[in-house]
Amino acid sequence: MNQVAQQPETLQRQNQTLRADAPSTAAPTLSVKGLTISYQAKRGAVQAVRNVSFEVQRGEALALIGESGSGKTTMGLGMVRLLPSTATVSQGQMLYQRQLDGQDTNRVDVLQLKGRDLRQFRWKECAMVFQAALNAFNPVLRISDQFGDTARAHSYLQGKDLAERARQLFELVRLDPERVWRSYPHELSGGMRQRVLIALGLLLEPQLLILDEPTTALDILTQRNIMDVLKELRQRLDFSLLFISHDLSLAAELADRVATMYAGKLVEISDVYTTFKNPVHPYTIGLINAVPTLTAHRDHVASIPGSPPDLIDLPRGCKFHPRCPLATERCREEEPELVPSTDDTHWVACWNWEIARSQLSAGQKGTSA
Amino acid sequence: MSALIRLEHITRRFQVKRQQFIKAVDDVSLEVQEGEILCVVGESGCGKTTTGKMIAGVLKPSEGKIFYQGEDISTLKDEGWKKYRLGVQMIHQDPYASLNPAHSVYRILAAPLKRHWPTGSETTLRNRAYELLEMVDLTPASDFLDKYPHQLSGGQRQRVAVARSLTVNPSFIVADEAVSMVDVSIRISLLNTLLRLKQDMGLAVLFITHDLALAKYFAWEGRIGVMYLGRLVEIAPARQLVEAPQHPYTKVLLSAIPEADPDVTRTKEHIQLRSMDVPSLLRLPSGCAFHPRCPFFEGEICEKVVPQLTFFRDGSAVACHPAQRQRQAEIVTEAAPGAAAPGTAASNTAETD
Repeated sequence: MNQVAQQPETLQRQNQTLRADAPSTAAPTLSVKGLTISYQAKRGAVQAVRNVSFEVQRGEALALIGESGSGKTTMGLGMVRLLPSTATVSQGQMLYQRQLDGQDTNRVDVLQLKGRDLRQFRWKECAMVFQAALNAFNPVLRISDQFGDTARAHSYLQGKDLAERARQLFELVRLDPERVWRSYPHELSGGMRQRVLIALGLLLEPQLLILDEPTTALDILTQRNIMDVLKELRQRLDFSLLFISHDLSLAAELADRVATMYAGKLVEISDVYTTFKNPVHPYTIGLINAVPTLTAHRDHVASIPGSPPDLIDLPRGCKFHPRCPLATERCREEEPELVPSTDDTHWVACWNWEIARSQLSAGQKGTSA
Repeated sequence: MSALIRLEHITRRFQVKRQQFIKAVDDVSLEVQEGEILCVVGESGCGKTTTGKMIAGVLKPSEGKIFYQGEDISTLKDEGWKKYRLGVQMIHQDPYASLNPAHSVYRILAAPLKRHWPTGSETTLRNRAYELLEMVDLTPASDFLDKYPHQLSGGQRQRVAVARSLTVNPSFIVADEAVSMVDVSIRISLLNTLLRLKQDMGLAVLFITHDLALAKYFAWEGRIGVMYLGRLVEIAPARQLVEAPQHPYTKVLLSAIPEADPDVTRTKEHIQLRSMDVPSLLRLPSGCAFHPRCPFFEGEICEKVVPQLTFFRDGSAVACHPAQRQRQAEIVTEAAPGAAAPGTAASNTAETD
């Protein structure tokens, strides 16, 4: 709690950094509006994504963080229209800004795309790297054939030209092209497969790359390598990145902005420094405090009481209220919407964010030294 | 005083082909005292789970001896073996796989009770199960007794798994990645429950994890051991290991971990490895297994001589030639707790001094 006194100063500093990299005025690459997705289950409808709106600006990296069952993967699958047949998109729009030779052309609603248009959107405009790198490949095809398949489906380069393009991509992701090109998936380690997938995702130069848990299930040193590769790629190529993760530290390292999801809803979105230094949603604050870090003192780590809600039988009002230390009568009855808080780049869905900001502190960091 | 669990030069081989063996665990010696917490950290394939399984008696070591309360477990029979198997319990990683989906929580907890105290009446069993659920903070316990695993969340299931491991009053718990499948927001409360049980019941815990930050939190007062390709390369009091690592591998690991703070993590210096490739256990490098990747590689000695885990006066130990030379004056010469007694054919520590 002794952190509260230091906050105004940090806040000022954050605001300055914010101004420095002011958002570009160009149209966002993707803008999601009021997206609602549910699954049919025997017990009832699983409300996986509820009225989610956000934008991915050109060239930015947005992190979608949340626990398992918060709807973040459904969100990602929804974006490339790969939801299973049990899922229904009941509401919302997903406006994608098409581009031709670097110039904005028309905007399309991804949810309305059909046939050829949809195929073009998938992979050519928006590629996704899936969670389980091992299962994403066909085990009986060489890497070269998997690249060939993708290229053929999109009438892209073939033969020597394709091999040359792949060689460049492999070098970008720090793989040995000679070794990887003729390999079968099982001959590569988990980290290598993940990098091949990233290279495959970038093959058609998409504007938007979605990564679902890109480093989960990888060893620490491999994770570090993937992170370095991603950072370098972002510097060298021009694309927007949306990554879905439960790992806060990954977001802290790679993201420009962070969106926190809880029970299918976006509860807070802001630039990465604000999220970690001055979060105002009790859940974000709790989540940051719940992750022990190498530098944190043990006394500064605290768990969030209770457990995540059942998505079929959600509580009334704010979905976080049963676990929230600040819950009031209003929280139990009315669900707050995402609204601007400290400034118009920092949005939060909480009735009591001002109290949360002054009373709860995400203050474990850097206190042990 | 003898340690609760002591490993002496434990090696475990697995046959992968007719004439091919891998050493999943190679010459590991360590001790765990009563009521102590030891975290074993390492990447996948480093032998940490195999070590845990050998301690729990699920796997037999290929070479070396394991002592439980001073007795060699390979010589134990009947009552002695039973006492050891009851004394050392395991909590598995995946609570979705470790609980029988067709059994109620009560039946899951009552099974070991019935097996080992067959005289207990239904009421005493129920009371005991109730007590166990309260111990793992599943309250009100009466709500949980008749539930089935599918009605519980991941965190609650793992608590049931913890309760089950406590049914037989063990003195030692092997927890293999026990919280990695549990949601981030409730991990800490599960760990705190384990810490409280450790305190109340005087349990010793071997906590196997790949997460160093979590290890530091859990083993705050205990120790952390780091394994690499089957060998224990460093062991030290938890905070000391994280704040002042000695083995190059530990240093590299710590420098590679991202932090949940953008300022810290973006300015953190990452030690670069000489090679990204993890050697295959089938073809381990000669000498120190880390030498092809080690950023502090020193040439011939690292290539040719396997460094032995050597203890220093402050209780830490490291298996690295350069690190040992730097602190030569502090090396404990006589056989220290858990330190390797000299004499094995591979031991070449004498030459390095």
